[in-house]
Amino acid sequence: MNIFDYVRPASVDEAVTAGAQPGAAFLAGGTNLMDLMKIGVAQPGTVVDITRLPGLDGIDTLPDGGWRIGALVRNSDLARDPDFAAACPAVAEALLSGASAQLRNAATVGGNLMQRTRCSYFQDPISACNRREPGSGCSALGGVTESHAVLGWTDQCIATHPSDFCVPLVALGARVEIAGPDGSREIALEDFLALPDDEGPGGAQLGAGELITALILPEGSSAFAANARYVKLRERTSYAFALVSAAAMLRIEGDTIAEARIALGGVAARPWRVAAAEAALAGKAADAGAFAEAADLLVAGATASGDNAHKIELARRIAVRALTLAAVGTPARMPALPASVFANGADAHA
Amino acid sequence: MTLSISLTVNGERRDVPLEDPRATLLDVLRERIGLTGTKKGCDRGQCGACTVLVDGRRINSCLALAVSHDGAEVTTIEGLAQGDELHPVQAAFVECDGFQCGYCTPGQIMSAVGLIAEGGADDPEHIREGMSGNICRCAAYPGITAAVQDAQKRMAAEERKSA
Amino acid sequence: MPDTLNPTAGHVKLGSNSGQPMSRRDGIAKVTGAATYAADNRPDGLLYAVYAGAGIARGRVTSLNVGAAKAHPGVVEVMTPENRPPLALDPDEKHHFFAWRIEALQNDTVRYAGQPIAVVIAETLEAATEGARLLAPTYDEEPARIGFDGGEAYDPPTVGIGGNPTFEKGDAEAAEARSAKVVETKIATPMQYHNAMEPHAIVAQWDGDKLTIDTPNQAIVMARGGFAAYFGIPPENVTLRSPFLGGGFGSKAILVGPQLLCILAAKLTGRPVKLTLRRDQMYGPVQHRGATRQTVTLGTDGDNRLTMIKHHSVATTSSFDEFIEGAANASQNTYATPVLKSSHGAVRQDTGTPGPMRAPGEATGSAALEVAMDRMAEKAGMDPLEFRLLNYAETDPASGKEYSSKNLRECYAEGAKRFGWAGRPLAPGMMKDEHGRLKGWGMGTAMFPAPMFQAQARAVLKADGTAVLETAGADMGQGAWTALAQIAADGVGLPADKVEFLSGTSDQPDGGVAGGSGHTATAGSALFAAGSDAVAKLAEIAMKDPDSPVFGADNAGVEAREGRLVRLDDESRSDSYADILARAGLSEIEGNGTGARNPADAEARAMFSHGAVFAEVLIDPDLYQIRVSRLVGAFAAGRIINPKLAASQLNGGMIWGVGFALHEEGIHDPRTGRPVNGDLAGYHVPVNADVPCVETLLIDEEDHFVNALGVKGVGEMGISGTVGAIANAVWHATGKRVTSFPIHISALL
Repeated sequence: MNIFDYVRPASVDEAVTAGAQPGAAFLAGGTNLMDLMKIGVAQPGTVVDITRLPGLDGIDTLPDGGWRIGALVRNSDLARDPDFAAACPAVAEALLSGASAQLRNAATVGGNLMQRTRCSYFQDPISACNRREPGSGCSALGGVTESHAVLGWTDQCIATHPSDFCVPLVALGARVEIAGPDGSREIALEDFLALPDDEGPGGAQLGAGELITALILPEGSSAFAANARYVKLRERTSYAFALVSAAAMLRIEGDTIAEARIALGGVAARPWRVAAAEAALAGKAADAGAFAEAADLLVAGATASGDNAHKIELARRIAVRALTLAAVGTPARMPALPASVFANGADAHA
Repeated sequence: MTLSISLTVNGERRDVPLEDPRATLLDVLRERIGLTGTKKGCDRGQCGACTVLVDGRRINSCLALAVSHDGAEVTTIEGLAQGDELHPVQAAFVECDGFQCGYCTPGQIMSAVGLIAEGGADDPEHIREGMSGNICRCAAYPGITAAVQDAQKRMAAEERKSA
Repeated sequence: MPDTLNPTAGHVKLGSNSGQPMSRRDGIAKVTGAATYAADNRPDGLLYAVYAGAGIARGRVTSLNVGAAKAHPGVVEVMTPENRPPLALDPDEKHHFFAWRIEALQNDTVRYAGQPIAVVIAETLEAATEGARLLAPTYDEEPARIGFDGGEAYDPPTVGIGGNPTFEKGDAEAAEARSAKVVETKIATPMQYHNAMEPHAIVAQWDGDKLTIDTPNQAIVMARGGFAAYFGIPPENVTLRSPFLGGGFGSKAILVGPQLLCILAAKLTGRPVKLTLRRDQMYGPVQHRGATRQTVTLGTDGDNRLTMIKHHSVATTSSFDEFIEGAANASQNTYATPVLKSSHGAVRQDTGTPGPMRAPGEATGSAALEVAMDRMAEKAGMDPLEFRLLNYAETDPASGKEYSSKNLRECYAEGAKRFGWAGRPLAPGMMKDEHGRLKGWGMGTAMFPAPMFQAQARAVLKADGTAVLETAGADMGQGAWTALAQIAADGVGLPADKVEFLSGTSDQPDGGVAGGSGHTATAGSALFAAGSDAVAKLAEIAMKDPDSPVFGADNAGVEAREGRLVRLDDESRSDSYADILARAGLSEIEGNGTGARNPADAEARAMFSHGAVFAEVLIDPDLYQIRVSRLVGAFAAGRIINPKLAASQLNGGMIWGVGFALHEEGIHDPRTGRPVNGDLAGYHVPVNADVPCVETLLIDEEDHFVNALGVKGVGEMGISGTVGAIANAVWHATGKRVTSFPIHISALL
């Protein structure tokens, strides 16, 4: 790790000023930045420690029924907040399926949105990587690509976004509140996490000095509380990134779906949400036929970026599974293995 | 603010001079304070061997920038026992053979103490998930799960008694 | 189990301490953080060394920015091939059957990614780490050769450590032609990395030509000699301390380059130096299990009895040295067959050299054999257990020798009973759990040789009625501190709490190697012999001493019990050790012992531990994520010294089987040779949630030939059998046969 200057601003304004200096990086939970600094991927000249900034650790309901979650709220605190978890159970389940308890205790909401890809070529400073070093190329192309994208990729970058948390957030239309040198702004999380295009690798849309101050869940986010799930497919039962995942939320009125939200994780450089898939569910009965149709729409246009074509079918299936489980209903208690396909009844033999 | 930091480790104040800000809490504990019970297994938050309690919460000390935790209360494996009397989690790990080589054990035990405090140790499946951030290559998992369950019961009973 | 084994001098016997499920004697040290592992040592004046690893897999280093590294605050020295102090031996030579060719900055050649190419030594770990990064090497790179199609294929002269690469009994081709049924099974296994939780670490200090090193080691006295030879000093000038190993699994048995580099750095700087590998550095210079491609061909006659087993395995090794996973040899000793053929090939690739990794050969070979057996059972329309019982080997199939003991039949029976195997549907895809998940049951036979090596031990009986026993044993988690102490206590006829057991440093008698699952048998035999030697000397004194209550007991004999010698013809007459020594005016009495196998027994008998492993898997019917929901293993391994610790070893071995079957896979980019998943987030090993239910049954087994203690080993056997059992359970759940490990979701889709 390089030697850096360390500053601990006392206010958001001070942080923004410090963060605007070239080579500055904000440090919150440190679970990603410290890791990247150790492997030489991040080499900030100044570390701006924002962990003690006041006013960024609230979990508040908004008058319109939405939520405002401070950027410094720890993942575990949000997941365990009883009101929030009851209102947005798929978000809580996604949070609890990510990383480990220790990492969730340190990682923050804002940091999670800024999480860099786990693409092993991004993490290896010797490899070419447009995301790490624009214009250098993409060593992942033609490489080992099990964890790579099948949607929304270009030759610039085939990495996936690693977050579980962001998957239900995108489905809910969450917005990111950002303070910056020019005041504050809000942007949809889906737009914040830009996909690669033919010119560049995309990535978090945050300018110099800009600091995430809060995550906003819009009005109506709690309306799916009764039918919301996150499902995550892994090659290890826990403490593993998703091969593919899906968040599904339904508002069911009588026998029909009044409104549906669904997003996929592990398939693209951001959680993958398709308006047509959600629209196709609205007004339908919550049944296998409707779910299959939505899942097909969700993965429409998917192509393998390497030796990962199987992820397309898995993505389709996990979408169906998440919708099916959501239709069954949010479990009364958070499963012991959150988001796992083994979430229920795993102790049946014991 | 100076680069020198002050931590309260296992109830004892420790002033640690730092020549630059990049030391992790783990390396400060091990190489500067000399509390080597906390172990480094991966240094990247991927194994849990370095787990300590910071202000009562279990975290990976390898990913904690020490200077960012200036003023924090840190509990390490060396701070659990009261004199010769083992903490119930420690005693249960010995009794249930919750370790073999012992290298991940301080992290396992600190993680278990954290898990029990979180209220997440009430059945085996919750314990397995809650302890999955602590890799044991010897794979003493059956003993670990039994030990955590055992300790949780013992601690709950103690609490009821003293209540 | 009878406790009448009565070796050597005849005054002591196993049983008071041995066999008890004692908690670990090092337990309190390990749960309080007091147990010191190598990297926990911080001598005064300590410097930190970090090596830079090659970013290419093949070629030459053309430049290093030594100036940039040296300019970094805190950096004291940079060691490169140009200023590295001399070694007395050439690291490119093989000096010993248990020595590998290693990298110690002998030149600028790079032969695998991550190979040490320079060492930065600094006042702080942070400065050394950054200094190593600042070296920014440049290379003259040649194309990497990775995988079975990458490099040169050849016929290896040996497999494992000095093992025979080919074995043939009968004519396999003729037998195949005659067989009523023939099934050919192809299985691929990947490179696997040991990944002990404790990365390799060493603290080295020179005092003139005397060297003290703290480093985890599985063969302490042998290693002392190895280090001494490299530095041209007598072995007694080296003190190697290794009281606790944070896991070894084979990777800490052999001297590795980074250890030499630390010692050289200490020499170069004249100060103590600590070098600890980063986790990513564990995927290069410290061995791994080579990948294999195996073909197992089984033939049966009209009665479904095996007519032949033919097993061929090709394994990867490095471009410059060899350790060939002896997978095909695993088929030689498990099932009765008149015709056997095992053979090996090898392929060189640009990686570090493989080495023994827990159950080397047995783990990989049994995985293939057990899948093959399951397929043959399917073809025969038989229950897999019934098929194995039909082909039960009453004598060793390879040698035709009697077994020293073999209670596998009871393992099968007890394991099956505990698991609830009876009533298992023959056809796959018939079972589901209450949530609709596919459920499958599979089984496999576990088998591992019961070797003995050489070890020495010393016992000292003291005037206060206590004893000190010592041997340079190694506890890497298997429980040597406890199990060896139990044997030692029986050896001197004292309760364990009256015995101080010293182990883990090179100034003690040679404890041999903690490997091959033979440490308890070997070092334990030495300790028991040393204890009984001391007691014999004490008895000699007492029986000749007219003042002793056991005077004249020569013919009837005496027995050591709880610190007293008791006359066997009159148990009311006994004498305490303390009194005997006091009357003789001695402060202590010493005994010495050796642990080694009786050559005649070794020649006459086949010696193996055995077990039966039963696995249940649950598999998501659409998404195919797998969970091993139950594992039951029943094992017979001679006398069990400590059932609590033995069960932990066997449970751990079975969980290694889970990792082998479902998780572990060292992937190198074929284009560059660099590891793609060289960390614990990428290289998966099982976590707690992967193993909801694992159970070991210890089956009684009396063995009068393996050694005087009747002890076999339990350290490695648990993997063998388990991998195949899980693969067979996956088939039973899905109808899909496994052709490569680990079993990925994509393979079942």
